[in-house]
Amino acid sequence: MAMGTFKVWRGDREKGEFREYKTDVSEGMVVLDAVHQIQAESAIDLAARWNCKAGKCGSCSAEINGMPKLMCMTQIADLPPGETVTIEPMKAFPLIRDLVTDVSWNYAVKKTIKKFSPRKPDAPDGTWRMQQEDIERVQEFRKCIECFLCQDVCHVLRDHHQHAEFMGPRFFVYTAALDMQPLDTEERIEHLKGEGGIGFCNITKCCTKVCPEEIKITDNAIIPLKERVVDEFYDPIKKLFRVFGGRR
Amino acid sequence: MAQYQSHEYDVLVIGAGGAGLRAAIEAATVPGIKVGLICKSLLGKAHTVMAEGGIAAALGNTDERDNWKVHFSDTMRGGQYVNNWRMAELHAREAPARVLELEAWGALFDRTKDGRILQRNFGGHKYPRLAHVGDRTGLEMIRTLQDHGIHQGITVHMEYTVVSLLKDGDRIAGCLAYERERGYFHTFKCKALVVATGGIGRAYKITSNSWECTGDGHTLAYDAGAELIDMEFVQFHPTGMVWPPSVRGILVTEGVRGEGGILKNKEGRRFMFDDIPDNYKAQTADNEEEGWRYTQGDKAARRPPELLTRDHVARCIVREIKAGRGSPHGGVFLDIAWIKQRIKDGEAHIKKKLPSMYHQFIKLANVDITKEPMEVGPTTHYVMGGVRVDGDTQMSNVPGLFAAGECAAGINGANRLGGNSLSDLLVFGKRAGEHAAKFAQQNGAGGKIDEAQIESAAKRVLEPFDRHGSADGPYQIQHALQEMMQELVGIVRTEEEMSRALVGLDDLNKKADLVAVQGNREYNPGWHTALDLHNLLTVSEAVTRSALLRKESRGGHFRADFEKKSDEWSKKNIILKKSGDGSMQISTAPIPEMPPELKQIIEEMK
Repeated sequence: MAMGTFKVWRGDREKGEFREYKTDVSEGMVVLDAVHQIQAESAIDLAARWNCKAGKCGSCSAEINGMPKLMCMTQIADLPPGETVTIEPMKAFPLIRDLVTDVSWNYAVKKTIKKFSPRKPDAPDGTWRMQQEDIERVQEFRKCIECFLCQDVCHVLRDHHQHAEFMGPRFFVYTAALDMQPLDTEERIEHLKGEGGIGFCNITKCCTKVCPEEIKITDNAIIPLKERVVDEFYDPIKKLFRVFGGRR
Repeated sequence: MAQYQSHEYDVLVIGAGGAGLRAAIEAATVPGIKVGLICKSLLGKAHTVMAEGGIAAALGNTDERDNWKVHFSDTMRGGQYVNNWRMAELHAREAPARVLELEAWGALFDRTKDGRILQRNFGGHKYPRLAHVGDRTGLEMIRTLQDHGIHQGITVHMEYTVVSLLKDGDRIAGCLAYERERGYFHTFKCKALVVATGGIGRAYKITSNSWECTGDGHTLAYDAGAELIDMEFVQFHPTGMVWPPSVRGILVTEGVRGEGGILKNKEGRRFMFDDIPDNYKAQTADNEEEGWRYTQGDKAARRPPELLTRDHVARCIVREIKAGRGSPHGGVFLDIAWIKQRIKDGEAHIKKKLPSMYHQFIKLANVDITKEPMEVGPTTHYVMGGVRVDGDTQMSNVPGLFAAGECAAGINGANRLGGNSLSDLLVFGKRAGEHAAKFAQQNGAGGKIDEAQIESAAKRVLEPFDRHGSADGPYQIQHALQEMMQELVGIVRTEEEMSRALVGLDDLNKKADLVAVQGNREYNPGWHTALDLHNLLTVSEAVTRSALLRKESRGGHFRADFEKKSDEWSKKNIILKKSGDGSMQISTAPIPEMPPELKQIIEEMK
């Protein structure tokens, strides 16, 4: 068994530093295993979030060697051999402690988006009919595990801190999932353009690159939504209708 | 005394997985009822998220012969007839409505050709019955409940851990919790309280369960005077990952077998054909061809033996491994890649039907399941036992204290069928929420909070900081417990081993009483682990004592020293209760007589 060296961010809201830990690395081990071993061996109070350890809950998001990743899905063998592994908390959110950040902003943003509102049932027994091919795109969006890595990597949030006027890739995917749901009847485009700040996104596709669920965030969610915003607000005929016909 | 921030609700729900969320949503629909929801993790991360295969509900979309009676009879047969038949009945009757309700809240299940909810085959279910979304049904369910729930006026307390329930005389009055972020205490006053905290899997070394599943609700309720029932029945899921070591125990969905996956030993033999229990012979295929036709929707075919109940499949796997016919890393082979011989575009089909399995194996084990077999072995998955509740209302013997989901017991008897858990969460989550709200309305002011109870709980919780060093840290004690339970109270049990486990538990309890932690109260996982120990040790003792007493083999409980089912034990359940001196009191209770109309259903379906 080889020994691995890990540089882990330790700190609270005020101050912090990297500390180095050594622990055994066995075959197939992931970064989260190393964190657990370090907790059990030498840093009992090292704060880290995790739940499923199978890439399904999106709790253990962190930056590994500077890349936003899930700790439970990152095999140590896939990192440069023999080199120190750096583990840091996500940067786009305030730090609580060590590897744990305050992601409550995401929960607040979600609440501002109008909820699903289905059309009347298609059948007398209160059920609907949908074809598989009509729901596949939305099923792709609904794979999202809310790890918030896309939020973490997005420069609008990470570098420019525009949390107040931009809801971030996660909530564009969320809005797209609602908007393209065949049964949904709600209108969310105005919110997307206004509070959602979709215009700030300049399609660098960083979010798509880090998505552990491999959702094509930019191509399949954000770009179609941007097109809808353009159709709705910048189409001259529609604009006329809005002026004379009142908001729809 | 110290002043802690206090909160007041009519209904307080502890746990925000499927059952807790569904309970909170239901209670919140009652006008004037204020609902609080406490979750140990972030909202939407609870263990429900890991459920893969689907939600069992007799919708009859994929096979019109299905109905609640067949589902009821399957559930009772799977549970070996020690189930709470009333719960099994309500569950079978109400599950379809609960699934359709999820669709009305935005869930998108996979579809049949005519556009309805598609249903898949699963172990122990006579017809294809599981509504599903690929193999990520739990995520779909929890996200649907979460996204619906956040608009219902429920107050959510994320990353709070409840350390003690508070009582006023006999009835429930609230609880004491601590928030992880700062480590501060909070008191909660409520008129009715629902525990929906999930399972106990972390008492074992090899488990599919997350860190949260430490028997919190079981223990909180037990310490508050509630009875536990059926604790000897622990489900070992037949297919967990076995290699590499770091992923050992992670679940491999039964959906793999539902889609045509087969189990083989190292000699290439489909060993599941070698042992088919008598009560399943009539409905099980006796050749490979028939089994395959079943998985492809041939209604005349009977199901392959890979889809027998989990308890049985797990034992067959253990038998193969012990006989030296296992795979290189101590499991057996589960092969879905073989279906490429039978269907066009097999590779794409596997990825479409089992996307997270594909992902999980390629990322964590470097195995491409469309090309090679997986290595699998049993993993601790689910506890059938839990808080003893009234089947209709989900209330325990403590007035105002309700339980729902995995931490409640009854519906599953000695073994749970796959897919019945998600439907259980919905059906009994709703019922618990409804009746908790009713209880709150009917019981006016609610109980008084007793400061002395708060102080004594707070003192106990902070003690680990006051101790200066201990021989064993919280992680070491937890690991020792997990090793011991795995070894001595696992899939195959004996009197001798379990008696040793009781001695071991006593020793670990003493160590836990002396455990020290370092650091401060802010988001301190070591401290949290130290607090979990009491819960883990309590449920481990409950499992061990019950398993010692039940001198027969039934469902998830297998005794090498009593390999047969006994008539005597088919008529009773085991009950645990905390006695006045703090020791665990064990007794049995006769299973109530089943009404003739339910008996008749079981007879007809035999």
